[in-house]
Amino acid sequence: MNEIITRKVLAEGVKEFAVAAPRLARARRAGQFVIVRVNETGERIPLTIADADPEAGTITLIFQEVGKSTLLLGTLQEGDRILDVVGPLGRPTHIENFGTVACLGGGIGVAPVHPIAKAMKEAGNHVIGIIGARTRDLLIMEDRMKAATSELHISTDDGSYGTHGFVTTVLEALVNEGRKIDLVVAIGPVPMMSASTKTAAKYNLPCVVSLNSIMVDGTGMCGACRVTVGGKTRFVCVDGPEFDGYQVDFVELVKRQRAYLKQEDVARRQFLEHHPGERCWETKVS
Amino acid sequence: MPREKIPRQKMPEQAPEERRRNFQEVPYGFTPELAQLEASRCIFCKKPKCIEGCPVEIDIPAFVKLIRDGDFLGAARKLKEANALPAICGRVCPQEEQCEVRCVIGIKDEPVAIGRLERFAADFERLNNLVEAPEIPPWTGKRAAVVGCGPAGLTVAGELAKLGHKVTIFEALHQPGGVLMYGIPEFRLPKAIVEAEVDYVKKLGVEIVYNAVVGRYQTVDELLAEGYDSVFLGTGAGLPYFMNIPGENLNGVYSANEYLTRSNLMRAYRFPEFDTPIAVSKKVAVLGGGNVAMDAARTALRLGADEVHIVYRRSRNEMPARIEEIHHAEEEGIQFQLLTNPTEILGDDQGWVKGMKCIRMELGEPDGSGRRRPVPIPGSEFLMEVDTVVVSIGNGANPLVPQTTPGLETNKWGNIIADKNTAATSKPGVYAGGDIVIGAATVILAMGAGKVAARAMHRYMMGIPEPAPEPEAPPAA
Repeated sequence: MNEIITRKVLAEGVKEFAVAAPRLARARRAGQFVIVRVNETGERIPLTIADADPEAGTITLIFQEVGKSTLLLGTLQEGDRILDVVGPLGRPTHIENFGTVACLGGGIGVAPVHPIAKAMKEAGNHVIGIIGARTRDLLIMEDRMKAATSELHISTDDGSYGTHGFVTTVLEALVNEGRKIDLVVAIGPVPMMSASTKTAAKYNLPCVVSLNSIMVDGTGMCGACRVTVGGKTRFVCVDGPEFDGYQVDFVELVKRQRAYLKQEDVARRQFLEHHPGERCWETKVS
Repeated sequence: MPREKIPRQKMPEQAPEERRRNFQEVPYGFTPELAQLEASRCIFCKKPKCIEGCPVEIDIPAFVKLIRDGDFLGAARKLKEANALPAICGRVCPQEEQCEVRCVIGIKDEPVAIGRLERFAADFERLNNLVEAPEIPPWTGKRAAVVGCGPAGLTVAGELAKLGHKVTIFEALHQPGGVLMYGIPEFRLPKAIVEAEVDYVKKLGVEIVYNAVVGRYQTVDELLAEGYDSVFLGTGAGLPYFMNIPGENLNGVYSANEYLTRSNLMRAYRFPEFDTPIAVSKKVAVLGGGNVAMDAARTALRLGADEVHIVYRRSRNEMPARIEEIHHAEEEGIQFQLLTNPTEILGDDQGWVKGMKCIRMELGEPDGSGRRRPVPIPGSEFLMEVDTVVVSIGNGANPLVPQTTPGLETNKWGNIIADKNTAATSKPGVYAGGDIVIGAATVILAMGAGKVAARAMHRYMMGIPEPAPEPEAPPAA
């Protein structure tokens, strides 16, 4: 169990593992996640299930190395075992034939949006994929997203590939072209999800977002993952991870995600001192 | 010395000024001499009342007598006939309202220290590596699945294994023990002891599968379809309650569940050696007056806080925490803000707690719980300067299993409905006990429910009819 069968580097600081977890591979649905712990002193971190192969008995995990735990996870090689993998957690995405669904993935958020696009397409939707990254080299899963969607659009912040701008730039252009969109699903960094919701709201499109809050147990016991949705406290691990973007307090979410910045910095520095070979492309602390 | 003159023996313990900054266990436990002296206070009643007070029906006079006579191992074995986790129960049971409150010695004097003696015997067996599993009868051919490896689940598993069934425990976390591991702090219940008692249950042949969230990873119906003849649900505490006051999602506000899980299960008190962080606090307010609140407050102190306050809306008399815990907390310098209710948590522009608005309360007429209802005193608002708030006012039911198990009835709070005498749920072959049934309670009540469930599951799996309920009145002969 939990053996890494294949390991790929998708972009600088972004890795993909196919992990042996047969029961999980069968049980998981689009939109769900796992919690992993790398070693005995490790913390529990949530990671999206980007895909699964029930026949091979594997799940696909894609993660960006930003802190100590993801850096440490990234050092594992094929044949290594992840100490703990627990899931599938969270409620699955509500899949039905809405008509046309726009699936927006920003940065590492392409990984969680991928299984949703796939399931939406299988349910008979026309799926418009819009994926973006800061720059071309950081764009991930282009081929797989092409396969998972009916049409795929790309944007980069610096214009090095696809539309110069954000995923919302593309969304807005499509709406202005007169394309009818019945549902927007947006996953990525909080500012991207917040901007996607604003764009969707401008055109009165329903918008679902998937929140990546800090968690500990992930099974509805500790309450670390609480967010304000529609003025009420909700728990991402059992009530989510997906919520109506219109109702989410993104400002609070950003602040809550920063709760342990100081400790995270200490842990990362200590890790990098002991692993001079490992480099993180986004370790600059602002 | 005549028996009546021997006072109740105290356990030696770490001095408050020393222990308030370390996570080592507070009491050291009885020495053999102290244990024998204490045991000699028992008069071995013909009809012992103490047993009636024990949810797992330990033969208390028998094990106390063995201690008095110096057969400490025999005492431990006697305990384990009824209770697979005596080192834990000796530490965390509220004996003062169970066995000890019924002790006849306690009428004129202080009761026999049954809990301390239980702890002593169990520790003696473990520390001398004398733990042995009893003979297990041949396999009955039946399998039981137990969901949750906390006190209820461990009890069910141990009892069923001793009856010859094969038992698998499915645990959501990466370690066994449930609340014994994530909730109760090291200084009150060392994790090595939990591990040892879990090992004993494993020695009885019980298998434990970790990282298995029943309700997500597999459903109860799948367990039944996959060859388990009955299922016990001991999923424990669910989502924590909050006060529903402004500011509760600020950084620095924790549920007690989260605060304790970070420190206990994830060892955040050893950050950065362990990766899980926890707030570094100067002034902490813990909201609530139960045992968990005491645990959280004393943990905050040990994590280095300068000041820790328990904020409780009623008076000391209504506090649900054990007197011993309140006393320990007080000795360590926890400050009690009684008859005080928070109305708002205030934050800075970065979203961090910087203070808490409170109002003083007074006790009015008794409410539904029979306790005098606290009512706010107009104009008594004041500000507490704090940087961390731990909310410890209980928790609801975990929804995962009920949500995914058709035919399983719950009450309006989401707790699973189970028969008091058999722990049977509305779903045939499925039993439940512990916090998921009765809401937040104690370790020993969960274990008591586990024992009831194990007997009923045994009968169910073996096709033995349920005993007829006790007749209400003697039959007219």
